[in-house]
Amino acid sequence: MSDKLLFKDIDEPGLATIDVYKRRGGYQSLERALKCSREEVLQNLMDSGLRGRGGAGFAMGRKASFLPRGTMDKYLVCNADESEPGTFKDRELMQKSPHMLVEGMIIAAYAADANRSFIYIRGEYQQQAEILERAIQEARDAGYLGERILGSDHSLSLVLHRGAGAYICGEETGLLDSLEGKRGNPRLKPPFPANQGLYQGPTLINNVETLATVPHIIRMGGGEYAKLGTETSTGTKLVSVSGNVQRPGNYEIELGIPSREIVYGLAGGPERGREIKLWFPGGSSSPVLTPAELDLPYDFDSMAKAGSMLGSGAIIVVDDSVSVVDVALKLAKFYRHESCGKCTPCREGTNWTVKMLQRVESGEATPMDLDIIASVQQQIMGNCLCVLGDAMAMPVASMVSKFRGEFEAHIEARRAATGLGAPLAGVGV
Amino acid sequence: MSVARYDHGSRIPGWDDAVDLSKDPAEVPDPATMPVPAELRAAIEAAMAKYPDFRSAAIPALHAAQDLHGWCSPEAIEQVACVMRLTPAYLTAVATFYDMFATQPVGRHAVYVCTNISCSLRGADALHSAMQEAAADDPDFNVRAFECLGACDIAPMASVNGVYVGPLEVSDAETIVAQLRAGEDVLPEKQLLRRACADPGARS
Repeated sequence: MSDKLLFKDIDEPGLATIDVYKRRGGYQSLERALKCSREEVLQNLMDSGLRGRGGAGFAMGRKASFLPRGTMDKYLVCNADESEPGTFKDRELMQKSPHMLVEGMIIAAYAADANRSFIYIRGEYQQQAEILERAIQEARDAGYLGERILGSDHSLSLVLHRGAGAYICGEETGLLDSLEGKRGNPRLKPPFPANQGLYQGPTLINNVETLATVPHIIRMGGGEYAKLGTETSTGTKLVSVSGNVQRPGNYEIELGIPSREIVYGLAGGPERGREIKLWFPGGSSSPVLTPAELDLPYDFDSMAKAGSMLGSGAIIVVDDSVSVVDVALKLAKFYRHESCGKCTPCREGTNWTVKMLQRVESGEATPMDLDIIASVQQQIMGNCLCVLGDAMAMPVASMVSKFRGEFEAHIEARRAATGLGAPLAGVGV
Repeated sequence: MSVARYDHGSRIPGWDDAVDLSKDPAEVPDPATMPVPAELRAAIEAAMAKYPDFRSAAIPALHAAQDLHGWCSPEAIEQVACVMRLTPAYLTAVATFYDMFATQPVGRHAVYVCTNISCSLRGADALHSAMQEAAADDPDFNVRAFECLGACDIAPMASVNGVYVGPLEVSDAETIVAQLRAGEDVLPEKQLLRRACADPGARS
């Protein structure tokens, strides 16, 4: 189908090798970009309206333009730490089309005038790291990396760096500390990485999918790319659909199509006889939405307007056989485990939220605990150096507010079943 | 000594181990007296050469040491410290932060069962119990529940010595253990790398 950009030929045998990739038109965008000035390439990225695919959705071209001019060492870092629960799009891209990422990085580094680049890949992606390492070596041998690439004034080194298992290293400043060989604790912002990032130098950090889109933007032209999708959410997006659906997997969609089409049309919807109870539109950190909101267009603004976010583009579907209490507890435990412990609201907030949800689970809680859970989430949000705490607070708060009846009914049922006490008057009916 | 407030167990192993305050902190090991296996030294020096700041090689160096020793033992940490000219404390601080570094001895077969949200919706907890049962009492196995491994399309799944396999049935647990014991390729037909993209439009 012609509407695929990133997933065109994705299952072509041998696409991970430079020969097949070049036969499929690979590295032509790089040659074209290097014939233009840096400003022209940057302008194309800005015109494309491409928004970061890692979660925050910040305009990629603008971010690249923030890097100061000058002759100091500048860095491009590709965030391949993909650890957001439910997200697995970068994995498929890196594993099947690693050269697309490498080509995108060389072009992005040219636009930002960066001369050193790194891919920070999560430690668990061992097989993907091996594939990428081979691809980088091939690109180096072909003269696409190194000094004076293809005779231009652009020089770039590229190092693949494997992490060792920490969700927090997907946060850009935590990633930088980890890449500098430290514990992956986030830094205070500002200064932003564009001014003081890796080794205190100007640094551009982008997600795998964002960088892999760059060659397509150069091939099509920024203006042409911007015609895809909606006005403020341009282009195509890889969506990872998982959970209670019949055909979980990665799908490339044009932004702005109805969410229902992704969940039911592409992923097949829940098993027969099951109904969707709730869904996460953008990874486990996004506030949950109800089935009624499946008719919303899937783009950055519509999800934000609905009180949630597009995030990394990971849709997790939960059907009516699952208790919302279990989902909330599972998530809270994950964020408690992954909190780095630097900021008190997150370290303590995640811990106490788990304890309170365990009380709910066992039936020891009262409906007042639900109010306390909600207020704790409010006190986490916006009070830490990074958004890991918010990433738990947002979905948990949304579950407690949207499914409060179910939480109360659960407490009541557990109380009755375990003989913890008399039913509370007027609760959970 | 127990600290009740943190009884959930910190993600940082050993954080509440008592420190012997009568001892001086360990210094950077002396290369003249500290034997370091040649291949480990070569791997660490190669990693250090890749970065503008040699400290960036801390994680690659610890990976190399763990591959050699099976875990980040005090000896392994000291060898890395010796080559990198860093204190053992610095490297211990790094090693304890990351889930993939073992600061206690573990079995040589790492089986990470993803028990995060998408996998648990498809039966990961039962799979994890089955895996633990299948490998019970065998010190060669390191079966543990792991956070989202980024393969929710093959949920429930596991990473077996770095190889992703899924979707798994509870009955696959016995097979995985048997195949690992026999030194065979694990569930070849269920390995992620052989899986085609789910997007029908991507099939040309």
